[in-house]
Amino acid sequence: MMRRTRWSPTLALLAGSLVAAFGGGAPVTWGADAQTTLRMTWYSDGNEGEVIADLLKRFEESNKDIHVALDQVPFKAINETLPVQLASGQGPDIARVGDMGGLARYMLDLRPYLKDAAYWEANYGPFLQWMRVPGDTTSIPGFMTQLTITGPFVNKTLFEQAGVTMPGAKATWEDWASATKEVAAKVQVPFPIAFDRSGHRFFGLAISQGATVFNPKGEPAVVDDGFRRAAQLIYDWHNGGVMSKELWGVVAGAAYRGANEEFKNAQVVMYESGSWQIGQFDKTIGTDFDWVAVPTPCGPANCSGMPGGAALVGIKSTKHPAEVARVLDYLASEDVVAEFYARSLFVPGHIGLARRGLDYKGASPAAKAALKVFSDSVAQLAPAANQLQGYPASRVIFNAVISRIGQAVSGEIALDEAYKRIASDVAQQIAERGK
Amino acid sequence: MTNASSEEQSTVVGSALHLPVLGRLGGTVLDIVVGGLARLVDVPMRTLQRLIGERRMAYVFLLPNFAFFSLFVFAPLVINVVFSVTGGEALFLSDRPYVGAGQYRYLFDCGSYLDPASCREDHFWRGVANTLRFTAFQLVAMVAFSLTTAVVLNMRIRARGFFRAVYFFPVLLSPVVVALVWKWILQRDGLLNAGLTTLGGHKILYFVDPGWAMFWSVFVSVWAHMGFYTLILLAGLQAIPADLYEAAQMDATPRWRVFRRITLPLLWPSLVVVIVLALIRGVQTFDEVFVLTGGGPGTSTLMIVQYIYETAFASQVQNFGLAAAASVALGVVLFVLTLLQLAATRRRSAS
Repeated sequence: MMRRTRWSPTLALLAGSLVAAFGGGAPVTWGADAQTTLRMTWYSDGNEGEVIADLLKRFEESNKDIHVALDQVPFKAINETLPVQLASGQGPDIARVGDMGGLARYMLDLRPYLKDAAYWEANYGPFLQWMRVPGDTTSIPGFMTQLTITGPFVNKTLFEQAGVTMPGAKATWEDWASATKEVAAKVQVPFPIAFDRSGHRFFGLAISQGATVFNPKGEPAVVDDGFRRAAQLIYDWHNGGVMSKELWGVVAGAAYRGANEEFKNAQVVMYESGSWQIGQFDKTIGTDFDWVAVPTPCGPANCSGMPGGAALVGIKSTKHPAEVARVLDYLASEDVVAEFYARSLFVPGHIGLARRGLDYKGASPAAKAALKVFSDSVAQLAPAANQLQGYPASRVIFNAVISRIGQAVSGEIALDEAYKRIASDVAQQIAERGK
Repeated sequence: MTNASSEEQSTVVGSALHLPVLGRLGGTVLDIVVGGLARLVDVPMRTLQRLIGERRMAYVFLLPNFAFFSLFVFAPLVINVVFSVTGGEALFLSDRPYVGAGQYRYLFDCGSYLDPASCREDHFWRGVANTLRFTAFQLVAMVAFSLTTAVVLNMRIRARGFFRAVYFFPVLLSPVVVALVWKWILQRDGLLNAGLTTLGGHKILYFVDPGWAMFWSVFVSVWAHMGFYTLILLAGLQAIPADLYEAAQMDATPRWRVFRRITLPLLWPSLVVVIVLALIRGVQTFDEVFVLTGGGPGTSTLMIVQYIYETAFASQVQNFGLAAAASVALGVVLFVLTLLQLAATRRRSAS
């Protein structure tokens, strides 16, 4: 028997496709129930992609008129592709960003659409300045999905195997360098200290050595005595076998290079990274060896690390600012954001929660202890560290430093030449921005 | 045709559809549609031909393709040149200030062009120097290896088809995949070091030493693309008449002399194609080396295209103007190289 074609579903599908194809980001309407689709660009350091997807599903269940399409992308795409998208006006409605100052001009001021702007000011206030363009002191572009602090992770098992005592609180960087080198030599691991190839990690060390980064007028004055001391330490550690050139020396430009894999494989004695690693170390290292987060080592100036983090922000070019604000209002609400931080094992970027303390229910004792160490180190942050993080062109400084110190480490240029190049790179790029 | 149609109708009515009938039916419908369209186009084309003459009709046929090229090749080229005389970090031209030759002055501000360290934008010149070095090594290695391989694969050896496929296989892989595979082999705990330590040797950090990094960049590039050039040369070898070799054999000419006097001269057109293509590929190299070495150690494998990409996209102040100026400079160099290459080829052909 010949099958009869049923045309009505086919035509409906065709009509739907046409609406989707030509409607772009416009709301898709199915009968009486109008639904707005918002695009959210997201990257993950650990499991937070799963957590946010879960939270958004819950949001959609009670807000049937909004659908959030979650586009999960690598961190590189957030830094390199998203800015071009935003510059061309083709960006998403919501994005998770790390370079807050650099992208501030594309961010939506949520204030007119928020249920309670005072709640945002009270709990996210200190970090909002990181997301604002210079001169703006009032806008609310988004909230911190995580507050990160740089700091060291130590493979305690290697110290025990080597029979070396771990330096205590307030130990200096030099104390750690000699201790880790001794451990590495005894247990035959290739990395006594590994620093991520990252500007944040370098300035954690540099500020402890007394780097102030800015002159009294607030303009970048990157290379000072503190900076030179830190650069010299990095340089000497590479030449003295404390650090391996495999991280800082092997790539060109501002490329990020982490040592997560090496740390997880027990090849690193001390790993200077950041609090966002806790979740993945808790999951991947498990019981293979004992690891601990230790307070940031001290320099002659202080024991400061560098703050950082990622914010979830609304994008100015959205056609649905009210809906964007509804989604962000939900995700930034105290209960929801507490669940997000707790499940992702992140240091809260929410003042109220930070004061009260979070219960990281699913975390192992090692992860809980590490979170405590990083949370406590927030109080140790030097003013220069906060100023640098809030500076809109901070990545210009970070990129110049990584690129040039990397060249010095690989033996391509001398340190003095690197200092000159850092100063000229920063000046050239900031002048270009000013055009 | 009419008979077939009546057969088809009876089959369809019987609802026992089978493919040959459907195929013929489809063919008929296609004939009608295409024929109709041809007639539709025919009338205006004939009229046009009457108006402009038969010879000028060639331009009419070239026009659609030319329009396509203009839109996707020439227009971006012009836009790139315009970008190179603007500054700032805005994406839209209307928001970008005119800076004249400012970007070029910055790029070319050098104490000595032979010493990248003396240049204000030293990364650009390091990229130029590395690209030239990479291209030279790669060109020599590519021609030598692909020619040798083609000559061997042209002989009557056992499993010749298998070997031809093996040598061509890497060409099918994405450059990123090729680079990742070799990175796994060459890294600290990679296959190569595992083999070395098993044999009692020490691990070598290939990506930490500038010499090794450049060597492996060239090696991986040659490994990945050699099959393509081998194929071109193999086709060239097979086009050489066999009777020339038979005559040489009858004269008991030594093999090396046969190669020099018969194979090389007759293979020259194919070799020129290989040289030109390998040269262009060398200058354009980006993806493989970028994934394999990231441009390091230091900047020892930073290629000019990576410099352009990073200047435009990876820096916080996305300096599209400077990147465009570097692209124009690269374009000019490529153009000059191509002219030199063409001139050399013509002189060789004439002689």
